[in-house]
Amino acid sequence: MSTAQMNPVENFLRMDRMPHIWCPGCGIGTTVNCFARALVQSKLLPDKVAIVSGIGCTGRVAGYLRLDSFHTTHGRAIPFATGLKLANPGLTVVVYSGDGDLFAIGGNHFIHAARRNLDIKVICVNNFIYGMTGGQVGPTTPLGAVATTSPYGCFERPFNLPFLAESSGAVYVARWTAYHVRHIAQSMVEILNKRGFCFLEIISPCPTLYQRRNKLGDGLDAMRYYKQKSTVKNGANTKEVEVNFGGDIIVGKFVDIERPTLAGAMAAQLSKSPENV
Amino acid sequence: MKADPKSVLTGVHFIDGDQACCEGALAAGANFAAGYPITPSTEIVERFASRAPAAGGVFLQMEDELASSMAILGATWGGAKAFTVTSGPGFSLMMEHIGYAAMTETPCVFVDVQRGGPSTGLPTLPGQGDMMQARWGSHGDYEVIALCPNSPQECFDLMIDAFNLSEQFRTPVMFMMDECVGHMTEKVVIPSADEIEISPRRYTSVPPSEYLPFRAGPDGIPDMARAGEGYRTEVTGLTHDEHGYPAMDWKSQHKLVGRLVSKIRDNANCIARWEEHALEDADVAVVAYGITSRVVGQAIEMAREEGLRVGLLRPVVIWPFPEKRVRELAKQVRALVVVEMNYGQIVHEVERCAAGLARTLLVGHGGGAVHEPENILQILREAAR
Repeated sequence: MSTAQMNPVENFLRMDRMPHIWCPGCGIGTTVNCFARALVQSKLLPDKVAIVSGIGCTGRVAGYLRLDSFHTTHGRAIPFATGLKLANPGLTVVVYSGDGDLFAIGGNHFIHAARRNLDIKVICVNNFIYGMTGGQVGPTTPLGAVATTSPYGCFERPFNLPFLAESSGAVYVARWTAYHVRHIAQSMVEILNKRGFCFLEIISPCPTLYQRRNKLGDGLDAMRYYKQKSTVKNGANTKEVEVNFGGDIIVGKFVDIERPTLAGAMAAQLSKSPENV
Repeated sequence: MKADPKSVLTGVHFIDGDQACCEGALAAGANFAAGYPITPSTEIVERFASRAPAAGGVFLQMEDELASSMAILGATWGGAKAFTVTSGPGFSLMMEHIGYAAMTETPCVFVDVQRGGPSTGLPTLPGQGDMMQARWGSHGDYEVIALCPNSPQECFDLMIDAFNLSEQFRTPVMFMMDECVGHMTEKVVIPSADEIEISPRRYTSVPPSEYLPFRAGPDGIPDMARAGEGYRTEVTGLTHDEHGYPAMDWKSQHKLVGRLVSKIRDNANCIARWEEHALEDADVAVVAYGITSRVVGQAIEMAREEGLRVGLLRPVVIWPFPEKRVRELAKQVRALVVVEMNYGQIVHEVERCAAGLARTLLVGHGGGAVHEPENILQILREAAR
């Protein structure tokens, strides 16, 4: 293959696994493109970057990236990443998964990894729905939105993910939509080069299951919606960035602070003598 | 290779089974443990948390058993030797990751210090009700290796074997203790590091360009690559091909799962291990394991005093089961008496192996206390008739 024809992101993809399984209009592939570009820009050695996913549509990301790729069990990408990072501190460990995987079945692990300030990067593609299993309601489904298991409309208040991440202890919190490709890539570069528990939410269309059932059009209509209704508010109070059905979307970098990482705090504490043993 | 001296507490100790289990893990080279507190197993990781840092190891108390059982798998792929420790309720929560470890061929050790169950059961009192769960608890088809110590000394010795077997066969190994063995204090002799044989991880020696992460060698077991070394391995719990890529078809399923099963089954005779006592002239063979194997000692003595020819078969490795030996015994004895602290688990395996050649009797017990030797004796008398 001549290098002139090669897309720079191909270096980071398992091209022998293409075509991927994602639907036309889905935003996950867009985010993967951003991630591959961010890897180039981050100057990290790809051999030292590991990617861990859970289960679901976004859970398939790990397998398509030509890195050390771990497709784990449902909800447990973060615990796997915890062991991987602590056993091999030289790795940059990225958890790339969906909203259902990270915040329903895996919610407990998310808040604890953030609390510990484990040095991992969590990228959540939030499509408001369980895609792979056919469009069920989830912990991020907006009030009133229709899903196969909420045919009358969702009656549970969803998580506000940036607020959850910040209050649990994340040192970096940002949100973009699949429309904001340059911002996504920029945030990815930032988290790849930042120490501590970093969280990036990417709101992304699921045309097949979420858009269609809620009469929101296709992937392109989702882009129009994101373009028209998104407002960039860097440093916004995360308490105030809730997403409502069809409502405004606040995007931007909300949190970027420093505090000791789990490994740092552990090393400092272990230098003292043990008590009561 | 030999054990690392800085992890081996060489000497003669007076410690309980939980402490000895921890020392066994350290001697075996374990440098990562994750756990969630649960009686009667917690002392193992309490000791590890205090001992490991000096040996360069890490302990992290996780938020639950789901997390603990997955953190050790991440640590293993990161290059560590890892284990987790639990009891019944936590063991139930770990089942999915035992399956993931089997499917991804991740070496690791799961310690279950059994207590009375089901559910919360008897947190501080013994049971042996998880023996079949250790074998069959995760969904789908797979094989495991499970060891069953009956003394603090064996908690040390067999823990090293558990790690070695997990590395040799790239499989999760279950370490099936019980509350009595965990909490009984006895003499434990820890040899010097150069007397302890350690099976190193089977890392590949081929360059990344030639490496196929799930292509098995002639022994049915593939070599591993550590994350961060340039191999860019894909690991998935989905059915996968030799590249590690998902392969959703029956042929790939048969090839992979068939291999996962046969890599243990084909070696069952060399993995299986047991101890025998007074079986040469026996008309009745008692089968017992863990703490129960020690309680039956007295019952066998009493039976021998009455002139009954009774002996003991004690599986040390419980899975794979000593099938051939039980079959041979079934040809020799009138009856096989299985004494276990549950209402009948290993007895089914014994009955299967006996294949009708000898009567199989159960002396069951709900847990919470060990058997009374007199109750065992009664059944031995009946079995000898």
